[in-house]
Amino acid sequence: MTVATPQDLNLQPEPGDSLQPQGWLKYFSFSLDHKVIGIQYIVTSFLFYLIGGASAGVIRTELVSPMSDFVSRETYNEVLTLHGTIMIFLWIVPVVNGGFGNYLIPFYVGARDMAFPRLNAVAFWLIPPAGLLLIASHFITGSAQAGWTAYPPLSITTPATAQVVWIISVLLLGGSSIFGAINFIATILKLRRPGLKMMQLPMYCWAMLGTSVLAVLSTPVLAGTLLLLSFDIVAHTGFFNPQLGGNVVVYQHLFWFYSHPAVYIMVLPAFGLVSEILPIHARKPLFGYSTMVYSIMAIVFLGLIVWAHHMFTSGTPPWMRLFFTIATAFIAVPTGIKFFNWLATLWGGKIALNSAMLFSCAFIVNFVFGGITGVALAQVPFDIHVHDTYFVVGHFHYIVYGGSVFVIFSSIYHWYPKFTGRMLNEPLGRIHFALTFIGFNLCFAPHHWLGLNGMPRRVAEYDPTFTTLNQLSSVGALLMAISTLPFLFNVIWSLRAGQKAGDNPWNALTPEWLTSSPPPVENWIGEAPLVEHPYGYGHASGALTLDKATGKDLWTGN
Amino acid sequence: MDRLATTAPSEPSTAPQEEGLSHAPSEGHADARLFGLATFLVADGMTFAGFFAAYLTFRAVNPLPSGSNYELELVLPTINTALLIISSFTFHRAGRALLSGQSQPCRLWLLVTAGLGIAFLIGQMVEYFHLPFGLTDHLFASTFYALTGFHGLHVTLGVICILVVLSQVGQDGQVSPSKPFGLEAAELYWHFVDGIWVVLYGLLYLL
Repeated sequence: MTVATPQDLNLQPEPGDSLQPQGWLKYFSFSLDHKVIGIQYIVTSFLFYLIGGASAGVIRTELVSPMSDFVSRETYNEVLTLHGTIMIFLWIVPVVNGGFGNYLIPFYVGARDMAFPRLNAVAFWLIPPAGLLLIASHFITGSAQAGWTAYPPLSITTPATAQVVWIISVLLLGGSSIFGAINFIATILKLRRPGLKMMQLPMYCWAMLGTSVLAVLSTPVLAGTLLLLSFDIVAHTGFFNPQLGGNVVVYQHLFWFYSHPAVYIMVLPAFGLVSEILPIHARKPLFGYSTMVYSIMAIVFLGLIVWAHHMFTSGTPPWMRLFFTIATAFIAVPTGIKFFNWLATLWGGKIALNSAMLFSCAFIVNFVFGGITGVALAQVPFDIHVHDTYFVVGHFHYIVYGGSVFVIFSSIYHWYPKFTGRMLNEPLGRIHFALTFIGFNLCFAPHHWLGLNGMPRRVAEYDPTFTTLNQLSSVGALLMAISTLPFLFNVIWSLRAGQKAGDNPWNALTPEWLTSSPPPVENWIGEAPLVEHPYGYGHASGALTLDKATGKDLWTGN
Repeated sequence: MDRLATTAPSEPSTAPQEEGLSHAPSEGHADARLFGLATFLVADGMTFAGFFAAYLTFRAVNPLPSGSNYELELVLPTINTALLIISSFTFHRAGRALLSGQSQPCRLWLLVTAGLGIAFLIGQMVEYFHLPFGLTDHLFASTFYALTGFHGLHVTLGVICILVVLSQVGQDGQVSPSKPFGLEAAELYWHFVDGIWVVLYGLLYLL
């Protein structure tokens, strides 16, 4: 086979290149490189995660005692709103979509960049101003108090400036999400390397395709709804104001038409990332590839028609309750297929229990627990009992923290060598994992008991009988806060002092590992490799000669 | 081994780099820009779908207080609808003129299209000034102004796009028979805006 060597490559410098900063400065620039943008997303969002985590710390500190004694009730509402908004719109959605998506998808489809690099950079650079606007509002006018759901009439009656700033911020973030989704759909469908079939794509591509379809279909509805809400606040129209003849339930329908799919926008990419990580560290092919693909499609479809299960107590008529209960219960089927496929991938594998794998396995455990409480919540009689209690808070955090955030950490341990060329410290990673896993379960498992016994969510004060469980939960939150320290130290320290990783430390077959670490601009020197079997593991040791299998010659020129 | 993990270099890329996308990985890939725009229009359409759903629900379950004046006059909006539908055809003529290399007729048809768009906007303003209700009078009024206003914003943007394309048409311009993307994108967007209006007209004026 003919191999392009650096000498005979037609490496013409492009006009824009000289304007792109080099070195660390490029991470502060309007860079068009998908890898730089991916890292920008991950690092920026992690900074917002620290702020969102600090606000969670305020919440859990307040809830150590039944009385409102740490912060005022208004401040508690503001911090609660900030926590939800930051964690969803500035941390999980940008990281699992924009962050890992931008970094990995072009590799996976064999492209040199995303379909629209400039739009990609715009999508990222919408995020810092939106986030800073949201957080700055807290210190200037006080932030919004209506929670991340911003239900009217609460959002119409709380201070208007703060709520409008919140709306502008969420609109910017929604725009960023839509632009990103358009880019992913175009890249996956239109930029595939010639010869690469859809059913040969790594699973994360399918997850991102499904997620992006959800984002394109549902995010604009939220944007339109928030526009109407801002009219209600600014121009005193009455769309959602019952006093002026409006209808609050319409807001809830439109809001959840986005915000239920938003859960899948947060968790489907995590499914995809886990599907990449498990086969590599278990040295086995991903079990049930095609059923995984169809499950993602089924989740996308069903995810769009289950929103009203958030509204069983909003005067929803019986036929609607019945429909949304059944549709929601159906989601357990494709999700269950994915769950058992992951187990079957691990089954009989040669499992390396490193930090990445520990976080991924913990994800499976946490997620199945959150999934079971989710099926329970879909049942109307049960939901009416626990609606707006801490049971829902527990369920939700098992999905988005136990699900998505565990996968984010797993992915950082897994792809850090790709990003930097150095390994993360393994003992520190295990300490991080142990603290996070214990802290997380200690923090959120008690919420289920609290909710079943009737503790309402979003309130700064509670009945003194709930004190012990709340204190237990706060200890868990403290452990989670502490768990960030070894992680932070690890990622900063390993940047300079970490063990050299080599190009492919995990002996992986997915395309992003078939180039140098960190990869060159435009990903490959020479042609992109055609990877028809990204999960072709499972040989006796020594049988897998990666140099041959992966086309290493393509990037070293040997 | 090959069965499980095969990689092979592809044919050397011969396709030239797309102009205007200096960083684009166009190794023989089809131009994804129109596809990207179409995806965006799906998203934009969903915004309208959300508004339509809200409007229909309001109509179904929130009766207006008795004595509310919500009568709409039909003649002007119907003329407006006709203007927009005609403008879709004139835009199409502009596209055909461009592809057959006739810059001058293309510019003329674009000018006609933009004129029809501006006439629509003027008609909309005239209607606004003569309506018997204001933005906050009742739920129907608010919804009416929000829907038509949001659509009018789209028409305004479309007219600006047409004028920009108009200034770029020419044998050596940024929009030429070999580089029709600017015009095609504006045309796709314009058809979308027209289509939305037809639905909107049916829901607001006829229903």
